[in-house]
Amino acid sequence: MVSRQARTPLPGAPAHGQIEFDLREAGLRLVLWAALAATMGLGACATMPSGSDTLAEPAKAAIPASAETIDPYPSTYARPASPAILIRGGTVLDGDGNELAQADVLMVEGRIAAIGPNLAAPAGAETIDASGKFVTPGIIDAHSHLGVYPAPAINATADGNEITSPNTARVWAEHSVWPMDPGFSRAVAGGVTALHILPGSANLIGGRGVTLRPVLGARTVQGMKFPQAPHSLKMACGENPARVYGERKQAPSTGMGNVAGWRELFIEAQAYQRKWRKHREKTANPKKDAESIDPPDRDLAMESLVGVLEGRVRVQWHCYRADEMVVAIDLAKEFGFKIAAFHHAVEAYKIADVLARENICGAMWADWWGFKIEAYDGVRENIPFVDAAGGCAIVHSDSEIGIQRLNQEAAKALADGRRIGLTISRGQAWTWLSRNPARALGIDGETGTLAVGKAGDVVVWSRDPFSVYALAERVYMDGALAFQRGAERAPPSDFELGHTERGNRP
Amino acid sequence: MRMIAAMLAGLTLCVGAASAETVLIRGGKVVTNTSAAILESGDVLIENGRISAVGQNVRAPAGARIIDAQGKWVTPGVFAAMSEVGLYEISGSGAPNDASVSKDSVSAAANAADAFDPAVSAIAVTRIEGVTRAAIAPTSEEGLFSGQGALVSMSGESDSVFRARAFIMLKLGEDGAERTGGSRTATWAMLNAALRDAREYPGRYRSGQGGAVLGELDAEALAPFARGEGLIIAQVERAADIRALLRFARANPRLRFAIHGGAEAWHVARDIAAARIPVILDPFAALPDRFERFGARPDNVALLQAAGVTIAIAPAPGSVDAPQTRLALQLAGNAVAHGLDWDAAFAAITSGPAAIFGVDRDLGALAKGKLADVVIWDGDPLELMSAPTAVYIAGRAMPLTSRQTALRDRYMPKAR
Repeated sequence: MVSRQARTPLPGAPAHGQIEFDLREAGLRLVLWAALAATMGLGACATMPSGSDTLAEPAKAAIPASAETIDPYPSTYARPASPAILIRGGTVLDGDGNELAQADVLMVEGRIAAIGPNLAAPAGAETIDASGKFVTPGIIDAHSHLGVYPAPAINATADGNEITSPNTARVWAEHSVWPMDPGFSRAVAGGVTALHILPGSANLIGGRGVTLRPVLGARTVQGMKFPQAPHSLKMACGENPARVYGERKQAPSTGMGNVAGWRELFIEAQAYQRKWRKHREKTANPKKDAESIDPPDRDLAMESLVGVLEGRVRVQWHCYRADEMVVAIDLAKEFGFKIAAFHHAVEAYKIADVLARENICGAMWADWWGFKIEAYDGVRENIPFVDAAGGCAIVHSDSEIGIQRLNQEAAKALADGRRIGLTISRGQAWTWLSRNPARALGIDGETGTLAVGKAGDVVVWSRDPFSVYALAERVYMDGALAFQRGAERAPPSDFELGHTERGNRP
Repeated sequence: MRMIAAMLAGLTLCVGAASAETVLIRGGKVVTNTSAAILESGDVLIENGRISAVGQNVRAPAGARIIDAQGKWVTPGVFAAMSEVGLYEISGSGAPNDASVSKDSVSAAANAADAFDPAVSAIAVTRIEGVTRAAIAPTSEEGLFSGQGALVSMSGESDSVFRARAFIMLKLGEDGAERTGGSRTATWAMLNAALRDAREYPGRYRSGQGGAVLGELDAEALAPFARGEGLIIAQVERAADIRALLRFARANPRLRFAIHGGAEAWHVARDIAAARIPVILDPFAALPDRFERFGARPDNVALLQAAGVTIAIAPAPGSVDAPQTRLALQLAGNAVAHGLDWDAAFAAITSGPAAIFGVDRDLGALAKGKLADVVIWDGDPLELMSAPTAVYIAGRAMPLTSRQTALRDRYMPKAR
């Protein structure tokens, strides 16, 4: 039994700079939607001066590292109040590779307070009998378009792809998120407690992604933003940008055009970074009688790219083909930034050794393939091969359907890996669903495993969650009950409320 | 005898000489899909491509290959009730895709059987997951009747198409409205007109009058269906649209309908059952991602089955994805998670489709005389972690390899 520790502070984003995010295009079951977004490095910004507009009147002492100061659209999410929760006697997969038989999980004040056999319930604690059931960390989906491609999917709601320029690093996915997307409630019912919303993959750089809590009934996206989570930048390799812009007779129209496009943008970003660095130096050491120092003009796209160069914004790179991923790795080295994850990465199995060596996650489907030429070489063992090479394997959805049953996708990958002789425990397979995506998103100091001190993001499953028959019975987010099967009341989405004539919901 | 059975079923099912192996599968948990239900330990005998015995202690004929299936499950092959498998190698990237017919071509006359290629890589990928038969259909971009479907085997053999023009697809609801001026108010008038054109083919075309809505080729293709000689699969989701279809079916009693989609079918389940219209539906379709799916819910399948509707489980309209035809099993498993009995779920991907497409005399069950589409599994076939250990199609053992397994083997990690 482990005793309760002090709450672990969320590390600054650069601390997890080894993880990269990729942007993928979202070709999904129903619509081709791709989203990429990059988010701002909020964690790093915490050390910056407060006040959102210090650039206009540069502060004398602390100078912001870039034009970004603090998040102008800050999270208003607050942990819901909850009594202490003791989940007793379940089979616990801790998300860090371990399986504990008949173990208890205690959550106090929103945090994992203890995990182990025969824990004592603190006074006032609610006790849940999980004997015969399974207990896991909440699932984290590193690739979702909920909110930006919400249900209903009609023209007006297709808000995930700013297909107006190959570089839309200036846009932020969070500004397209519709909190009333009915998909959020379905995701929670599937055991999801955090998800990364990306812009689509039509562009070389699609924009910033944001990590959300699927807060049911949230009125605003700010009310869903995962506190302190770094932004990502969605980038997209391959067919999508070349097709979208090639059809318009503009660049890029080829793979080589894609690479030239990124290189030119990062060269521009380096110049922008120098300009601001120079400005900071001037303002830090003002000459006597100096005239007022005007800051350079801000450029939103360049701010995103400089965020990448400075490690505050994590790169989530949509890339299917092995050869294109390796070119992307070289490009990142050329400009000195890290890639958090390649998304989709249908050919990750061909370069599993490279991904492991470069410490880049692969966010993958279990078995989706064949919908385009760059997804033609899919194999069922993609995820286990990446895992077996010692890499960071992630099961992602990129789908409003898939996000409801990511545990099932992991089950398929687990079985396929075992069938070819790999030794993979259930505990290890769960790392693909929580710890590894948390790493890719830079929130692993806060969630992703049932380590003492981390957020109480916990799911109680009706049975082994690698069974197709398993359902999430209880989902706790930050130690508070977010979903209980059979106790659903009015739909959390206003969109679904009041359609009593359809008969399925009160 | 076999010939008679095939004729009765209207099939051209071929059991080649190469399949003459006699196989006795012994001691498995046998899902018969007959009144015998599940035999906890049973034997299945395959001779001449057909099942010659199912039961306990079946005697092995001389020369029979004996397969020990203890601890394993033995089931009929899975029948994908709605697919495009065999109509393209990959769907996107501007690659050839015979499942999609663009405008200014034919609609009803599009014929899946003419384009089916048994050699596409998705066929082997599909069959090694236990799927042995599929109903496939193309989609034309215009016209309410969007193409004729075929029933195909996953054997990879040249005779894979065992029924051409087995059904025709009809777009109703939002997709149908899109094809009739953007409004359902025009759909039913145009549907009536199309059927009239087809019934009056070739007269009105030879006379020079022509069709009200259909070109001559489409009228010709639709004619047998308009006379009630073939199954019309209506893609329809909304309860109000299903009610409209039921009214239309009552007014046109000769026509034979099935529903594909049916997201709100649970709402009118009893009426659908009374009309004896089967429903092909998708347990994953539980989001209001279209206005016509507002009332979608995950226990739709269970509710329909409880009301006595003949069901099959397959991807919803818009989600049919040839390379993932194998997901039928996962879909069925999810239906069980949401209240459907296991037996009904498994039937909905085997005997249900066989019945809907009128080939249940030969397929969908393990019983004497049926074609030997038999799969041996290492566990509950609906479970995500189970897989086939043997697949027989018409008595012939299929290799458990595919382009995917070849890629996998090329990149197999070294022993760690």
